[in-house]
Amino acid sequence: MTTEVEHITGYPFYGKVLVGLLVLTTFTILVPWLNLTAFTALIALVLASTKAGIVMTYFMHLKVEYILLKILVVMVLAIYASVILLTFSDYFFR
Amino acid sequence: MDHIEMQRDDVGAKLGMWVFIFTEILLFGGLFLVYAVMRHRYSADFHQGSLQLNTFIGALNTVVLLISSMTVAMSITAVQKKDNRKATILLCITLLCAAIFLVDKYFEWGHKISIMLYPGTDLMQSLKHGYILFFSLYFFMTGLHMLHLVIGAVILVVALTKVRMGLINNEHYVLLENGGLYWHLVDLIWIFLFPLLYLVT
Repeated sequence: MTTEVEHITGYPFYGKVLVGLLVLTTFTILVPWLNLTAFTALIALVLASTKAGIVMTYFMHLKVEYILLKILVVMVLAIYASVILLTFSDYFFR
Repeated sequence: MDHIEMQRDDVGAKLGMWVFIFTEILLFGGLFLVYAVMRHRYSADFHQGSLQLNTFIGALNTVVLLISSMTVAMSITAVQKKDNRKATILLCITLLCAAIFLVDKYFEWGHKISIMLYPGTDLMQSLKHGYILFFSLYFFMTGLHMLHLVIGAVILVVALTKVRMGLINNEHYVLLENGGLYWHLVDLIWIFLFPLLYLVT
């Protein structure tokens, strides 16, 4: 059994992805210096999630994977999100 | 009977790796959840705790891991293009990054251990509850992450050997792909660990 479609990603593209990730890392480090207090953690999480999304999409090749795998990934993230939601709703409204 | 072929299922092999990655995401996810709740409860102590961590080393390790993630992804491209020599070089760079990460961690942990700032010491016992929690979580989460990094490096050493032997080639490279996926997971976890532990202010 051989793979039907082979996706070969060029080296320069990976270079660009890395540059994007490094730029986001720089933002991550700079954000606490801005003293936005309440928003610092939120911004840090948004930046980290964006970086994670980029790594999964391009480095882990989710972009070119079959639809079922993408659905599985989304489902796992949804399960985790609901666990967070349940924990914190329990914590806040106890 | 002279062409008995091993049945190959690369799609299945990769799906298996992904399912394993899902369990890893939920494992670390649980730890992040503990961290989130405790940080909410002891935000002042967590803030004080994170000031004890060296942001420079944390940032350096972030960059090192991102670069290694790129070189692993590139090594797959090299193998697909039948350029095993380039793949070897790229995998060596990845392993070098792993080594740099571990050396950084050695100095980071070494410093904390030298000033007795680790779970179980009298100094730790005397600190405030939130402080103890922060450092326990710090050591456990970065320690577990480091274990994953070492395992990932071992898998990549195996892949590297097979690339050298030609057992991983442009038609047969699912082991390298799966090793790469695992390596990216190590990177993914660090992407969240770094801001949460080092930059919570």
